[in-house]
Amino acid sequence: MSSSPLLEMLHITKQYPGVLALDDVTFDLYAGEVHCLVGENGAGKTTLIKILSGALPKDVGELRVNGKPVFLHSPADAFEAGIGIIHQDFKLVPELTVAENIFLGREPCRGRSPFIDFEKMREGARAVLAQLGESLDPRARIGTLSVAQRQVVEIAKSLSGKNRILAMDEPSAALTGKELKNLFAVIRRMQEEGVGIIYISHRIDEIFEIGTRVTVLRDGKHVHTCKTSEADRRGLVSWMVGREMDQEYPKVRLQRGKEILRLENLNGGKLRNIHLAVYQGEILGLAGLVGAGRTELARLIFGADRLENGRILLDGKEIHPHSPRDAIDAGIGLLTEDRNRYGLIMEMSIEKNITLSNLKAVSRGGFIQGEKERGAAQQFAEELRIKTPSLDREVSTLSGGNRQKVVLARWLFTRSRLLLFDEPTAGIDVGVKYEIYNLLNQLALNGKGVVIISSDLPELLGLCDRIVVLCEGRITGELSREEATEEKIMLLATSVVDMRGHRDDREA
Amino acid sequence: MVSSVVGVDFMTSRKNILSRILSQYGISLALLIEIILFSRLSPFFFTTENILNVTLQISITAIIAAGMTFVILTAGIDLSVGALVALSGVLATSVLKLPIPLIYSFPLFLATGILVGVFSGWLSAFFITRFNVTPFIVTLALMSIWRGGAYLYTGGRPVWGLPHAFSMLGGGRVAGIPLPTLIMLAVYAAAYIVLQYTRFGRHVYAVGGNQEAARLAGINTKRVLRQVYILCGVLSALSGMLLASRMNSGQPNAGLMYELDVIAAVVVGGASLFGGRGSIVGTFVGAMLIGVSRNGLNLLNVNSYIQQIIVGLVILVAVMLDQMRKR
Ligand SMILES: Nc1ncnc2c1ncn2[C@@H]1O[C@H](COP(=O)(O)OP(=O)(O)OP(=O)(O)O)[C@@H](O)[C@H]1O
Ligand SMILES: [Mg+2]
Repeated sequence: MSSSPLLEMLHITKQYPGVLALDDVTFDLYAGEVHCLVGENGAGKTTLIKILSGALPKDVGELRVNGKPVFLHSPADAFEAGIGIIHQDFKLVPELTVAENIFLGREPCRGRSPFIDFEKMREGARAVLAQLGESLDPRARIGTLSVAQRQVVEIAKSLSGKNRILAMDEPSAALTGKELKNLFAVIRRMQEEGVGIIYISHRIDEIFEIGTRVTVLRDGKHVHTCKTSEADRRGLVSWMVGREMDQEYPKVRLQRGKEILRLENLNGGKLRNIHLAVYQGEILGLAGLVGAGRTELARLIFGADRLENGRILLDGKEIHPHSPRDAIDAGIGLLTEDRNRYGLIMEMSIEKNITLSNLKAVSRGGFIQGEKERGAAQQFAEELRIKTPSLDREVSTLSGGNRQKVVLARWLFTRSRLLLFDEPTAGIDVGVKYEIYNLLNQLALNGKGVVIISSDLPELLGLCDRIVVLCEGRITGELSREEATEEKIMLLATSVVDMRGHRDDREA
Repeated sequence: MVSSVVGVDFMTSRKNILSRILSQYGISLALLIEIILFSRLSPFFFTTENILNVTLQISITAIIAAGMTFVILTAGIDLSVGALVALSGVLATSVLKLPIPLIYSFPLFLATGILVGVFSGWLSAFFITRFNVTPFIVTLALMSIWRGGAYLYTGGRPVWGLPHAFSMLGGGRVAGIPLPTLIMLAVYAAAYIVLQYTRFGRHVYAVGGNQEAARLAGINTKRVLRQVYILCGVLSALSGMLLASRMNSGQPNAGLMYELDVIAAVVVGGASLFGGRGSIVGTFVGAMLIGVSRNGLNLLNVNSYIQQIIVGLVILVAVMLDQMRKR
């Protein structure tokens, strides 16, 4: 670690209408270190990064790079200053390809001509993606990719420049296993090259694995900064939430009840021969690598994608959900991954987003009853502690984790028989996670079927009674709570690939 | 722990109050300024008769603009409205030429016009939802087809010789207020209630904000789109019938370029062409703004070429004001 800091952010204050997002926050970063930034949802982490990116003006404060004051009026200024950003809500253009997005704004040209050298661009893209151990097709359109894949592209985009400072806002929220390992490997390499890295995550383990120092923000204020080697998990959590938390995964074991959902020989998309049952009183986890088909399976059950063949039985009766509406009417809810793209209506208020899937419950004869709607929204907003001055605010003014709570509230309000949660705690802070786990337990206790897809393995292990593992569209195994370990899950999650790998070897 | 303050909005700085006023009343402010200006410049402007006159003049396009607001809220557009005014006008008026008394032919006239509107809207929605063609191109095609159809049907000549009493619809007054004005007000009141207080209205906003998220939230997005285009078609047909009555004839060239005035009213009224944002009150104010400009300039005897230029400038300034508030 060199003596003078690479980056200093001094006394930064930022006021949004009705919210003091940052209050006199000072933060610094040295070359070659990973400085983690943690705190609850709405603590101000993203706001700090946005100010660093030049996209958001600060009200008060000063920025220095290598001891010299810098003035960032636009993202282009930040780029010039050697600052790279990985945004929490991706800044990718869905209509453009992977390569075009990675090189957006600095496309390589043929010589000095204005014509883009597509060959060079694709090669460049392939090279950065390879660093991340990813074999994505550079010609694929962003719009066709999964969240995890887009996360990888967003990361690749920030790697392709010559950045001295790199801020990563929850880069790992959608990643598991291999992708996460690759990300860490890339971070370590950059660290050796002397890049200073700001790393934001709600997964505490990651902070200790990758971080040099950690800074805690709470309610827009700087609370604590220390070396990660001098901190422990409990201390960190209590600085974040402002109180002690004994355990992270509350678990209520229940008697397994009767069968709620049964899938018989389901085929559709990449899914093949899926047999699965969900029972009352249990929480079922779906594990697998990126692209294993977990999200696809949930979407099939929910009627969002086309089912080729197979039977879906809910409470013993066969159902044919041709659309999400059908599924909801039958009593199935799906909390989708990627809240920004598939969950929220950004222009609408928090309240309206919460009641959207169950407007019937708050209306009479087609007319929405304002009081009732407000009451329902308020109840869930309080239960999940959605942090906002008013429920009339547009969802777009909420921090990432608070947006997630809005979608959660929406599905809790549908009071479905069977709830499928795709990454329910993506971007949610430890304190609220704990409450969500309690809520999930409560749902199971009330006799609902609960299925969870999560890329956070400790979460699955801590929460689920049973874990079913998918790999390349097939179920490769099932583990009970007692048997399950991270290693066993990863083994099953990669099993088909291995089998095929062997066969290829023999044939070659 | 974080407190979740759920309640009143705290306005924190002067700038916010200003932007708040601008955001809610931006266009209204422009309208107010215009009204004050014209009142100063012309003694004839701010009279009951002239104000009623303005509302009568805008009624035809404003009624369509109410329907267009729904369409634009879903991130769509309907370019066929002007041609539909002509087609519904000529088809409906030709029913009035049947040798039966007006009390029988008039309901038939209404039914014919409305059916034309329903059919056109249904057809647009069919191509848009079934084949995923963009609304712009579908309705551009329909614009051409309906206009051609209107000319073909009438052989290029207007439908003349309608019963005299028929002109009451567009020319009559109730309690001194022109009938088209009353119809327009009724349409706006209904549209306001539907958008603000019904499930359908909420779904319209949701579909426009994020169609895929709306579908995954359980909204039948195709049905919403169908209803919205049909609504816009019916209101265009209604305008077509009112216009025919005012001219006491069915003109195949009626409603030329109306789509532009209508879209301008909606967009000036603050709606986003990307969907999800906008209001019916805004559209009304937008329509008034354009109508008042035309009327005032007429009263001041401004040359009609210059009028066009000024109306264009008014639109530019209005949307600029609207953009500034979003900063
Ligand atoms: N455009 C905006 N308008 C008004 N308030 C905003 C806006 N953007 C953010 N805020 C508020 O500023 C505060 C800080 O938000 P920020 O996004 O920085 O939180 P965060 O620490 O990144 O949270 P998370 O972990 O949920 O991503 C929140 O209370 C949020 O509601
Ligand atoms: Mg954030």
